[in-house]
Amino acid sequence: MTTFAPSAPARESVPDSLRRASLSRRRRLTDVVARSLIWLSLAVAVVPLGLVTYYVIAKGVHVMSWEFLTERIPRQAQTAGGGIGPAIIGTVVVTSVAALIAIPLGVLGAIYLNEYGRQSPLARTIRTMADVMTGVPSIMMGLFIFIAFVLLVGEKSGFAGSLALACLMLPVVIRTSEEMLRLVPDELRQASLALGARKWKTIVSVVLPAAISGITSGALLAIARAAGETAPILLVVGLVYRANWSLFGENTALPVQIYRNAQEPFETAVDRAWGAALTLVAIVLFTTLIGRFLANRFAIKER
Amino acid sequence: MTQTVNNNRNSLGRRGRGVVGDRTFLIVSLIAGVLVLAILALILLTTLREAWPAFRYSGTDFVTSATWVPNDPDGDGPAKAQFGALAFIYGTVIVSIIALLFAVPISIGIALFLTELAPLRLRTPVVTVIDLLAAIPSVVFGLWGIIVVGPRLVPIYDWFHDVLGDVPVLGSVFGKPIASGRSFMTAGLIVAIMIVPIITSITREIFNTVPTEDKQAAFALGATRWEMIKGAVFPHSFGGMVGAVMLGMGRAMGETIAVALTMGAAVQIVPNVFASGNTLPAVIAQNWGDPGSELGRSALIACGVVLFGITILVNYGARIIVRRAEVRMKGAAV
Repeated sequence: MTTFAPSAPARESVPDSLRRASLSRRRRLTDVVARSLIWLSLAVAVVPLGLVTYYVIAKGVHVMSWEFLTERIPRQAQTAGGGIGPAIIGTVVVTSVAALIAIPLGVLGAIYLNEYGRQSPLARTIRTMADVMTGVPSIMMGLFIFIAFVLLVGEKSGFAGSLALACLMLPVVIRTSEEMLRLVPDELRQASLALGARKWKTIVSVVLPAAISGITSGALLAIARAAGETAPILLVVGLVYRANWSLFGENTALPVQIYRNAQEPFETAVDRAWGAALTLVAIVLFTTLIGRFLANRFAIKER
Repeated sequence: MTQTVNNNRNSLGRRGRGVVGDRTFLIVSLIAGVLVLAILALILLTTLREAWPAFRYSGTDFVTSATWVPNDPDGDGPAKAQFGALAFIYGTVIVSIIALLFAVPISIGIALFLTELAPLRLRTPVVTVIDLLAAIPSVVFGLWGIIVVGPRLVPIYDWFHDVLGDVPVLGSVFGKPIASGRSFMTAGLIVAIMIVPIITSITREIFNTVPTEDKQAAFALGATRWEMIKGAVFPHSFGGMVGAVMLGMGRAMGETIAVALTMGAAVQIVPNVFASGNTLPAVIAQNWGDPGSELGRSALIACGVVLFGITILVNYGARIIVRRAEVRMKGAAV
């Protein structure tokens, strides 16, 4: 409560009638209650974050070992030992290929929106639809790729997972990259054009380099989000117990292993789920932090 | 003579290549942009086509019946497979309502804290906390929900049931809790945590557009901080807040894995929020590995189509509202 007091502008020169104390009791009480509720809401949001972090670390650390990170997944969930090596490899392979598909396409889409389309009806439609697409449940991307790819090819595969994740990342990359391109001052474009550079040359060698760290940071955040996705992987990637470095053939990923093991009644399986969760959170947070670091550096450069 | 002509041709040719370069680049980036529209259209078309057999098999029962029996129970007996997804639609709606009831006040509180109340040095850490909350994968919340939260909440649910169990309407809402704790309420609480970041970030942007003059005017009239928020911030941001809440609702409805883990997978329509249930996306995730038959898979995809329809409408509406609110505010700010 005491923290509120300093924000009230109580200075020597303020006449008594303007002091907080002169407010009616009802108004003062309402104000204090409202402020307390606002602080309380903050506390309520911090508690689950703290608790989740605590449990993931506390329960994950004691299963964590080099063997756990590298060994094969046991076929029977109740078997003790074994690890999640194949799932880590699957997550890395599937997510990085998704990034290789989605990031170039997303940046090109953003270039269209900001450099060519601007406020044309088509560009506006794409913008709105990209926003709408970020709200499409991730499981729909899984269903879509299952029908449009897995059924056609005839097998579930890591590549199908990459396609599904790429669909999820695409609108996010488009919107964040467009924001970054918009920050590039028009003078840079005009200078380049005045020197006789073609528009595409201007975009590739002047506009993009100016925005690149912001775009990278947005892309890393999109990757972090995609790496944690479970539903699309569950639908189209299948399941393996040994490492599969190939894009083709069934694969597995960390989120799916967490999901499968969390539902098992066996202690060993639940332990494995916590270990996988710790690994996944570590990967996701690491990527997010790099993204934020780049974003901050970019912000400094802007000033 | 020929030399000059050649030169001319060369420079023309070079110019030609430049034009080609420009045009190729435009076309490639245009294709990338249009891809968004193409993917959305393809999602609708392909899923609708695959879901068609189930829709035709069940007719309107698909959205009016709550009987979901994907397999002919006794091989080839007289009983038939039945696909009625009403229980899942009900579950989806109830879970997102519970999630919104908890998440909306908290998110608005945090957004107000960040824009109106927080000392400067506290702002960055709070934003980081919210970002981290958004970064944690939903399956991790699901794991925490099924192993830790669900079982621990059962005594609290029991207490609610004991206290309110005999009150007429509330008694049926706060009914007998299921022993595992996997229920509408647990799923709703977990989803609430996951939608707080999105609602917070959008309401915060909306609150930021409130002109400083309006706030100062309120203070000058002797308003307390809360009266300023009530009189200057809320009226100005109402449209945007509605949009933010709808976006949160879209997320809550589409949340799959955390719900699949914490809701207990029961096909029932009951008012009791402490009972098990299921939602549209969760039922797809749980049964995809073994849908029973081709028709069963088609029915799961049909659940996806219904979900897609609802979330697209909610999201589109929300975006329109947010954008309209933003335009109006910028107009007012100038």
